[in-house]
Amino acid sequence: MTDVLKPDDITQVEQAVQWALGNNKTLELVGSGSKRALGRPSQTDMTLDLSSFTGVTLYEPDELILSARAGTPLAEIEKLLDDNNQQLDFEPMDYGPLLGQPAGQGTIGGVIAINLAGPRRIKAGAARDHFLGVTAVTGRGEAIKSGGRVVKNVTGYDMCKVMAGSWGTLGAMTDVTIKVLPKPETEATVVVEGLDDAQACAAMAAALGSSCDVSAAAHLPDHVASYFDGLPKAEAATVLRLEGVAPSVAHRTAMLTRLMQPFGSVVTLDQADSKKVWRSVREVAPFAADSARTRPLWRISTPPAQAHRLVDLITPAAQMFYDWGGGLVWVAMPFEGEADAGSIRRTVAELGGHATLMRAPAALRASLDVFQPQEAGLATLSRRVKESFDPRAVLNPGRMWAGV
Amino acid sequence: MSVKMPEADAAVLGRRAQIVKTLRTIVPGEGVIDQERGMKPFESDGLTAYRQLPMVVVLPETTRQVAEVLKYCHDNGIKVVPRGAGTSLSGGALPLADGVLLGMAKFNKVRELDFANRVAVVEPGVTNLAVSNAVAHAGFYYAPDPSSQIACTIGGNIAENSGGVHCLKYGMTTNNVLGCEIVLMNGEVLRLGGKHLDAEGYDLLGLVVGSEGLLGVVTEVTVRILKKPETARAVLIGFPTSEEAGACVSKVIGSGIIPGGMEMMDKPAIHAVEQFVHAGYPLDVEALLIVELDGPAAEVDHLIGRVESIAKECGAVSCQASTSEQQRLLFWAGRKAAFPAAGRISPDYYCMDGTIPRAKLPLVLKRMKELSEKYGLGVANVFHAGDGNLHPLILYDSNKPGELDRAEEFGADILRLCVEVGGVLTGEHGVGVEKRDLMPAMFSEIDLNAQQRVKCAFDPKGLLNPGKVFPQLHRCAELGRMHISGGQVPFPDLPRF
Repeated sequence: MTDVLKPDDITQVEQAVQWALGNNKTLELVGSGSKRALGRPSQTDMTLDLSSFTGVTLYEPDELILSARAGTPLAEIEKLLDDNNQQLDFEPMDYGPLLGQPAGQGTIGGVIAINLAGPRRIKAGAARDHFLGVTAVTGRGEAIKSGGRVVKNVTGYDMCKVMAGSWGTLGAMTDVTIKVLPKPETEATVVVEGLDDAQACAAMAAALGSSCDVSAAAHLPDHVASYFDGLPKAEAATVLRLEGVAPSVAHRTAMLTRLMQPFGSVVTLDQADSKKVWRSVREVAPFAADSARTRPLWRISTPPAQAHRLVDLITPAAQMFYDWGGGLVWVAMPFEGEADAGSIRRTVAELGGHATLMRAPAALRASLDVFQPQEAGLATLSRRVKESFDPRAVLNPGRMWAGV
Repeated sequence: MSVKMPEADAAVLGRRAQIVKTLRTIVPGEGVIDQERGMKPFESDGLTAYRQLPMVVVLPETTRQVAEVLKYCHDNGIKVVPRGAGTSLSGGALPLADGVLLGMAKFNKVRELDFANRVAVVEPGVTNLAVSNAVAHAGFYYAPDPSSQIACTIGGNIAENSGGVHCLKYGMTTNNVLGCEIVLMNGEVLRLGGKHLDAEGYDLLGLVVGSEGLLGVVTEVTVRILKKPETARAVLIGFPTSEEAGACVSKVIGSGIIPGGMEMMDKPAIHAVEQFVHAGYPLDVEALLIVELDGPAAEVDHLIGRVESIAKECGAVSCQASTSEQQRLLFWAGRKAAFPAAGRISPDYYCMDGTIPRAKLPLVLKRMKELSEKYGLGVANVFHAGDGNLHPLILYDSNKPGELDRAEEFGADILRLCVEVGGVLTGEHGVGVEKRDLMPAMFSEIDLNAQQRVKCAFDPKGLLNPGKVFPQLHRCAELGRMHISGGQVPFPDLPRF
């Protein structure tokens, strides 16, 4: 069993890393531990448990900013924002159900560390786009800060960007400042029924290329449609969300309905059903179901317009659905223990983008590239960036790639 | 000019003829300029108080030429300063006496418009406005719109992470760039990102945006394009005090409205602009807000009504909504002309760029007034009110002995004040040479060293744009050294705090 270090303040985090450096030990960083089953499994000597770093330290709704200790439960932050009619605009995914855990776990640090983003990514950006300031202890055992508590800031390198999505391999974040935004007054979802994947990608491109200001666009093919709450029928649905003030949503619903009618029959979901559908998307509902949970799951980010070609390029027995207007494809492979990485990587090479193996037994994740392999020059630069923060590879070694 | 640049390397200057000759073999014809007359236009950027002729100017046309120039310079220890249109207000493109000035202006083609994926692929020398113009026929535009958009290039926008008046709602450059091709100082060509979203590993693109030309030279950019909103309308709102104007901004945002743009001007700025542009600004107010709402007409009209009623609650003494596109553009013409207007009321002006938490605005304006009296120099303020980005324009006359120095000291005091109230040194103009020596006001030595180690990962020899951003140059070997307390265990019994 791994020993656990549970620091209470930043000085103790520095001491823990310095201790690890002095004794050639490696550290696994955890907040609530909800994302442990993601990424490459890494062997570490000790666990650095940051769950004592909790609490919102600054929240100024009028300034649109919130600062919190990195281990603050996401649920606590979302509740506070909700009470003030605000939200995290990047709408972080909830991978809990996908990994066989309850929904609503996780910390704000974890959300940022893996750069989560949900359906609104296409309009509002990812965690990276809302991450304004950070205090972190690097692999050199030194606390650094970067960014600030204002939205607009170009003072020095944007270290927040590289910390977001670094999976704890560059620094142990202790404090973060994020941009928050008002919640839309209301929402509705326009559903185009019965499209195949190619038609759906074309419809989503038309919707997103219109001035309807679509805030989320997903295609839920026939074979997975029944897993999504709020849909009128269990058949293929291309869902397009509109958010804003009531008169605007009403106007744009009519406009988008007209635009979508040439593609198929169109119905509209009211706010309650709309919220249900998008919660299912946020929780990757079809692949979080018990029956699906043993199957390897890929997450593919690709240029949206051609995403439907995936269907022809990988095994027909795979199940998939599309978010981000086609730019994010969730693919569940048919057989337990077979990730079929070769065909996924070949497909992604052809279409562009990257694929991450989001769920598979640890042994499989240890034997395959979980993240997209990088070409040599980029891999070298990534390794040098890692070394600039963590020269002895103390923090989460191997969590992203061997050696990083 | 008070900022000291790195000492020129006499050995490199001694080899100048040979260097020019070699560069001509890489970039033939008129792409290498070594005569003083030809180099003169490159001696400064938008921060005109700082001037320096480069050793030689190179204007490459292909990625391959960029790579070969950089590799040659890397192998021979020659410094390189990249330059876009030269509109930087912080001296980011200030040449070095012993350095190659790498002008990217010939990279001026739009390579691909991909409406289905809503991206444009452009060369870095394409101007910001030209990107919007290239996609306008299909009703699209590129969102970041710095006031210099007619001249500044996308490459420069990446270097500075440029914003603009619409960035509260639509984000800065970093939120609107999906990919780039970048050449490292050693000549290596890399692709970061593409037409898809988010990085497959470290967000190196996120590091490159806003890195002020210190990490690599960008040779191609993929930007996100958006469909133009159906309509836009602007409201001009006058207030008797800046406190009331500030409170109105907070209430608008607090009520859940994120305007497309929200700008504030103080009385000196209003007067300077009105004389210049005749935009119809009220002259009897202390502070003026321009609030722009965009979207479908139903939404815009609805929100304008709400903004107007919030403004009245906050003590507005005048309130005028644009009723035509022509009038909206006129409202903006005033704001966008604020800098040249300041140039009309004063022989010279010095533009600052701090960001502050918005609630601190009244305090900062009051302290700035005191500083203005102390230094005996006038100041006019324009303010991206939505995001707290403040542009004080310090008015001075460089022909009067000592005024430039006083203006610089005044400016430095303003920026220190911004940091003191919880803000930052620069919101969108960059650190460059101008604010380089103020960096310790915001960052500890440990923070700055961590940033310089990132620089080392990209450019271990420190040859790309040295002397900018960081107040002290360190060798990468020295920065890389680790000081471990001799393997000593600070916690003899296993630490379990």
